[in-house]
Amino acid sequence: MKKHQFEVIVIGAGGAGLMAALYASKTANTAVISKLYPTRSHTGTAQGGVGAALGNEEEDHWEWHTFDSVKGSDYLGDQDAIEFMCYEAVQAVYELEHYGLPFSRTAEGKIAQRPFGGHTNNVTGKPVHRACYAADRTGHMILQTLYQQCLKNNVNFFDEFQVVDLLVVNGAAAGVVAIELSTSELHVFHAKSVILATGGHGRVWDITSNAYAYTGDGIAVAMRHGIPMEDMEFFQFHPTGIYKLGILITEGVRGEGGVLINGKGERFMERYAPRVKDLASRDVISRAMFLEIKAGNGINGQNYLYLDVRPETVNKYAALDGRKRPDGTPYLMTGEEIIAKLPDIVDFARTYLGVDPVMQPMPVQPTAHYTMGGIPTNKYGEVVIDENNTVMPGLYAAGEVACVSVHGANRLGTNSLLDLIVFGKHSGLRAAEFANGAEFQPLSADPTEFTQAQFDLIRNAQGNEKILEISSKMKSVMMDCVGMFRTGEGMESALETVRELRERYKHIPLHDQGKVFNTEMINIWELGNLLEIAELVTVCALARTESRGAHARDDYPKRDDVNWLKHTLSWIKEDGAIELRYKPVVITKYQPKERVY
Amino acid sequence: MQVKVKVFRFNPEKDKRPHYETYKLEAQPTDRVLDMLEYIKGYCDGTLSFRRSCAHGICGSDAMRINGRNHLACKALLKDLHSNHITVEPMLGLKVIKDLIVDMDQFFAHYKAVMPYFINDEPAPPQERLQSIEERERFDDTTKCILCACCTTSCPSFWASDLYLGPQAIVAAHRFIFDSRDKAAGERLKILNDQFGVYRCHTIYNCTECCPREIEITQAIGEVKAAIVTGRLR
Repeated sequence: MKKHQFEVIVIGAGGAGLMAALYASKTANTAVISKLYPTRSHTGTAQGGVGAALGNEEEDHWEWHTFDSVKGSDYLGDQDAIEFMCYEAVQAVYELEHYGLPFSRTAEGKIAQRPFGGHTNNVTGKPVHRACYAADRTGHMILQTLYQQCLKNNVNFFDEFQVVDLLVVNGAAAGVVAIELSTSELHVFHAKSVILATGGHGRVWDITSNAYAYTGDGIAVAMRHGIPMEDMEFFQFHPTGIYKLGILITEGVRGEGGVLINGKGERFMERYAPRVKDLASRDVISRAMFLEIKAGNGINGQNYLYLDVRPETVNKYAALDGRKRPDGTPYLMTGEEIIAKLPDIVDFARTYLGVDPVMQPMPVQPTAHYTMGGIPTNKYGEVVIDENNTVMPGLYAAGEVACVSVHGANRLGTNSLLDLIVFGKHSGLRAAEFANGAEFQPLSADPTEFTQAQFDLIRNAQGNEKILEISSKMKSVMMDCVGMFRTGEGMESALETVRELRERYKHIPLHDQGKVFNTEMINIWELGNLLEIAELVTVCALARTESRGAHARDDYPKRDDVNWLKHTLSWIKEDGAIELRYKPVVITKYQPKERVY
Repeated sequence: MQVKVKVFRFNPEKDKRPHYETYKLEAQPTDRVLDMLEYIKGYCDGTLSFRRSCAHGICGSDAMRINGRNHLACKALLKDLHSNHITVEPMLGLKVIKDLIVDMDQFFAHYKAVMPYFINDEPAPPQERLQSIEERERFDDTTKCILCACCTTSCPSFWASDLYLGPQAIVAAHRFIFDSRDKAAGERLKILNDQFGVYRCHTIYNCTECCPREIEITQAIGEVKAAIVTGRLR
């Protein structure tokens, strides 16, 4: 066992973690611990843009961005936090530019912006250019830029270290335990402030845009210490994943004029969202796609639809919609322009579909994409552990692992990258400030005891269960029963299955008993996290007897503000039982009303 | 169809020298080599070790040699390999730690050596620094790099000496040297104007041919060489 001491440690090296580290390291000795090399983090796969009302292409206001996000959240987002995020967005994006981020540019040399789902001009209701982009690799450029700036500022990195336990002493965060992947050696990181920035858990579902690494590690280690999770029933399905593979096709394709087409050749979103059509929010579009497929309107009757961004299609519908360039000229796209603005999408379609999107439409289906719920925090990234928002000293969370809540029941596109930079920054600042005025909590003689017991169970498991069989079963039952449409009956049966799988999980034998890059052992541990989270998601979803945002129930099809305008808090008790409590949504200016796009 | 996958195996805790194992499995033409490795790990041998994360060619974790050429395993589809005999080996030029996992330290040390970060100490304006579409286009290609190491580990000059900074580090430097907003091009060109810098590139093009991001790496290296010789950036 090796011991380290830092004032601030950051777990995870994606956008939120690196932003936090960049800010914390200005005034506190800071280290970043990540299971991946930082540039491998999932932020790198974000494509379309980061939302901020710069108004570079047309009139826009951060207040419009706020309202759109509140509406997008189906009124479950906390409005004070959303106001804070949308106001801070403008400065945060300029800051990224000052760090060197190579945004695409307008003719005047400003940061280029494109329309995205749910982002509107609040006066006309029409889509607004708000997503600041770097071609279709905005997340890649954010990740690279922040990592580079961390290198410039000599932030300490522990790459390929898997954090497996959080240390809590006297009710405060005191550090973490991590496994060095190349040796399996245990490391204790003693810290005054711990920032969890470990991302989401999209690997719970079968068709997913999420990386293998997205196994909910931060949530798992936190909930094992009695920290509640917020709004775990809300998980976003992105409308356009590559058929069968789930690989993300950015909403930016529709921002640039692409449309969804069903098997009858209809632009069906006209029927579901008459005003903004293909640029409605993601929950609305994913559900429409599901219903089209269910009605037999899939392509050739199959369970996929077309995303069509061929210039002739784009130009036809742009003319019908009366869409104009910001300078007032008619909206006309060429194949070259599409390739220049969406190079990675063209590459993905050619590689994985054998389709050239300038010549042919792309087969797509909704794909598990984003964790709206997570570790409850306030807008400074401080973790709050009950319905009175009591702060846990020294513990912070930011990015997808956290639930501030700015996304509520459904996140708008481009608000995830925004969440990372705004709350990454503020959690870093707060964590450093706290560390500067706090003492280290005393650690026990061997803080790795819990970890050792946990991994002894994995190393010594008896039986002949297979990790792939258990994970596939979990993914398919969660996709079918706790996915885009849910029913009480379906979720009950999913819960039963997941609980059986958790029993079977204990009987996966570990073939690799070595110490060097024992990826099998880590994968089993990760699957344990996913199973625990799958159960929690299902229990939270079963309890919520309404439909709101991404949580759509056939048996309770209406939003119920009288009974359910509240956040779910869920605890896993020591005996494994799950306790649910609720806390109110913060409403400032915007009273809930019916949500129409 | 049935596929034979021959995989380089080395476990430092057991093996004196590496060997190959062959696995037979059923695969679809659209399956990725990564899918096959996952299958082998899940059903044939849990000890097989490799890195992977995003599984669609963006994170850069799973670079390896597939039928003798560097690929990302998640971007190499069976149908594009035109064979049902597949040989999977670790990248060359870096020490093998276990199976397909190599020691990346030297590679990242070279990356860090070229000051791969934006430098401009002048006070920033309240809004963005302006940059024309043409100025932005000048370095667009090299912003795509995902640090997978396919280029550097396919370069015979790097095989000959791992002190050579390698194509990736030069690509990283190029991204900043030709950024109109950056102010440290001179310092980076000085670093690259060295016997282990750009002159080790003999325009063999292996890097360009295998880059999964299709970056024109040899051209980028040529542009850096020209900037060193002429002192001109644009």
